[in-house]
Amino acid sequence: MWLFDKDLWSEIFHTLGKNAFRTFLTMLGVIFAMIILVLLLGSANGMSNGFDKVFAGTASNSLFVWGQSTSEPYKGFERGRRIRYKIEDAEILKRQIPEIEVLAPRIELGSHRDIVTVYRKGQTSGSAVYGDFPEIDNITKKSLVEGRFLNNNDIEHSKKVCVIGEETYKLLFEKGEDAIGEEIRINGVFFAVVGIYKPNNNINIDGENAVFIPFTTFQKAFNSGDRMGWMAIAVEPDTKVAIVERDIKKILKNKYDIHPDDERAIGSFDMSEIFNNISAFTNVLKGFSFFVGIFTLLAGVIAISNILLITVKERTKEIGVRRALGATPIIVKRQIVVEAIVLTAFAGLIGFALSVGILSILDSLWGSGEDFPFVDPMISIPQFGISFLLMVGLSVLIGLLPANKAVKVKPIEALREE
Amino acid sequence: MIEIKDLHKSYKMGSNSLHVLKGINFTAEAGELVAIMGSSGSGKSTLLNILGILDGADSGEYTLDGVPIEDLTETKAAQYRNKFLGFVFQSFNLINYKSALENVALPLYYQKVGRKERQEKALNYLDKVGLKEWASHLPSELSGGQKQRVAIARAMAAEPKVLLADEPTGALDSTTSYEVMALIQKINDEGNTILVVTHEEDIAHMCKRIVHLKDGVIVEDKKVKQVRAEQYV
Repeated sequence: MWLFDKDLWSEIFHTLGKNAFRTFLTMLGVIFAMIILVLLLGSANGMSNGFDKVFAGTASNSLFVWGQSTSEPYKGFERGRRIRYKIEDAEILKRQIPEIEVLAPRIELGSHRDIVTVYRKGQTSGSAVYGDFPEIDNITKKSLVEGRFLNNNDIEHSKKVCVIGEETYKLLFEKGEDAIGEEIRINGVFFAVVGIYKPNNNINIDGENAVFIPFTTFQKAFNSGDRMGWMAIAVEPDTKVAIVERDIKKILKNKYDIHPDDERAIGSFDMSEIFNNISAFTNVLKGFSFFVGIFTLLAGVIAISNILLITVKERTKEIGVRRALGATPIIVKRQIVVEAIVLTAFAGLIGFALSVGILSILDSLWGSGEDFPFVDPMISIPQFGISFLLMVGLSVLIGLLPANKAVKVKPIEALREE
Repeated sequence: MIEIKDLHKSYKMGSNSLHVLKGINFTAEAGELVAIMGSSGSGKSTLLNILGILDGADSGEYTLDGVPIEDLTETKAAQYRNKFLGFVFQSFNLINYKSALENVALPLYYQKVGRKERQEKALNYLDKVGLKEWASHLPSELSGGQKQRVAIARAMAAEPKVLLADEPTGALDSTTSYEVMALIQKINDEGNTILVVTHEEDIAHMCKRIVHLKDGVIVEDKKVKQVRAEQYV
C-alpha cells in the first residue's frame, strides 16, 4: 500500500520542511479558516444550547386557552359577551380530542392578570392568585427552592395550602425566615405555605409574584363554583399544536354559541410556534456559520494550492529527472496531492486544537448562560467530521491543479541545460 | 540493440518550422560504445532525447531491444525509460536533498523494488563506482567527479539495456573527465551498450565508434581504435 510507503512520506516531509517558514505561512490560511469555522459553529451551538436551557421545563408542544369577549353577534347573543368556561369543558375536550396528553385547568382570582392583596402579619403583597391542578407542573415546570408543589392529595382534600413565588416570599417574609408551614391570608382565607419556587431563567408565564393554591380549595374558598378561567394543554409529541388548537376552538365555539368566524372570543397561545421560530433561527445560524466557514476554508486551501504551484515550478528540474528515471505521471501527481492533503490536514488540526481551546475559554467565561443564551459552546463530532472531510476533499481537488501542472512538464524541457 | 530508420524531427518555432533531424538511419549492437558528435545545432541532443524516449519523432522507426517505440502514453514511456534506459547528464541532475545512496536507489524505487533490496543494490553500485564510503553524503558534499560517478551508479542501478550519456564530462575538468570515461569504459567492458553525446574529440576517441552529425544528418560513422582512459588518470 503506497500510503504506508516510508519513502513517500520522507520525501513529502523533506519538500515541505525545505522551506519551513513559507510552509507555515501557507498553513496559516487554513489554520485561521478552521478557527473561524469552529468558533462560528461552536458559538451557534452554544446559542442553541442556551435557548434549550431557557425553554427547559416548558413543554414545547403545548398551548394555552382562555376566554375573552365575543366580537360577533350569534344565535341571538350580542357581541361583547364574556366567555366563561366551566370545569366540565376540560373533561369534554380530553374525551373528544385524544391527542391531548395533559390538560390542566386553572382559575384566577379576579379577572385575567389581576392581582389581589395577600396579607401576612401586617405585610402585604400584590400577587396573582391561581387555583391549579398538579398537572400544570408537567407543562410549565416550577423550580422549587423549598418545600413541594401542589399534589393530588391537596386537590382531593381541598387542603388550604399554597405555593408562592420568590418575589411574594420576599414581600411577605423577613430575609432568611422559614416560610414553610406559615400562613398567609387571601381574601380572608388562610393558606399554609408548602413550597417556594424561584425564577429559573426560562419562560415564566405566571410571573414570580404569584400564589398557587389547589383548584378544589379555590372553588370552596372563593366560591367559584364550576367556573374555569384557563387551560394549559400539552399535546402528543408528534401532533401539530395548531390542529389541536383548531379542534378545541371548534368544540368550545359550538358549546358556547360563538360565531364560527369569531376570532376574538377564545384566546389562545401556541408555545410550539416560539420553539419552532427559535430552532429555525438557530438552524439558520448554524447553516450560515457552516457556509462562511467552508468558504473561508476554501480560500485557505486555495492558498495551499498556490504555494504548491510555486514549488512545482521550483522543482521542475527535479520532476524532470524523476520522470527520466521512470517516475510515471501518477507517481508525480500522487506526491503533490499527498503534499496538499498533509498540509491541509495538519493545518486543519492545529486550527481545530486552537479553536477548541478558545471555545473552552469562552465557555468558562460566559458558558453558564446566566445573562444571555450561551451554553456549552462546542462543535459536535459529526460537525467536526464533516468539516474535516470536506477540507481534505477540497485539498485533493485543489492539489490536482499543481499536480497536473507537474505532469505537464516535459522531461526534456526540465532537463534542458541552461 | 538500437535500430533507427529514417527518423525525422522538426520543431515549430512560431510560424517557422525547424527541421532538426532529416532522416537518420542508425544501428547499435549490444555492447557497443558509441560517441555521437556534432556541433551545437547539429541535432545530437534531439537524437539523444528521442533515443531516451524523452521526446517523440515525427516519422521513422525506432526499435529498442526488439520493442518498437511508438505512440507511447506518458506512463508507458516512463516504464520503458525505467526498464530500458539509464541516463547520465552533463549537470549530473542528482536530487540535492537525497543522499548518494538514495539517489542511486531512486530508479529501483520506481521499479517497486523493496526498500531493503533497493538499498543493498544501490550500495553495491556505489561500491562499483568507488563511492561506497560516500553513501550517506548529500550531493552538495561531493566533488563534480564524484557527483557524476553517483549519477552513473544511478543510471546503472536499474540495469538498463542502454546507457545514454549527454555530455557526461561537459562540466568536469580533464582529469576528472578521464576518470569518468574510465568508469564508462569499464561498464562497457562488462558488456553494456553505451551512447555518449560529446563535442570533445578526446572523449569521443575513448569510445569504440564515432558518429558525426551535421545539420540533422549523419555525415560520418566510423569505428575507431579505443583510447583507454586509465592511462591519463
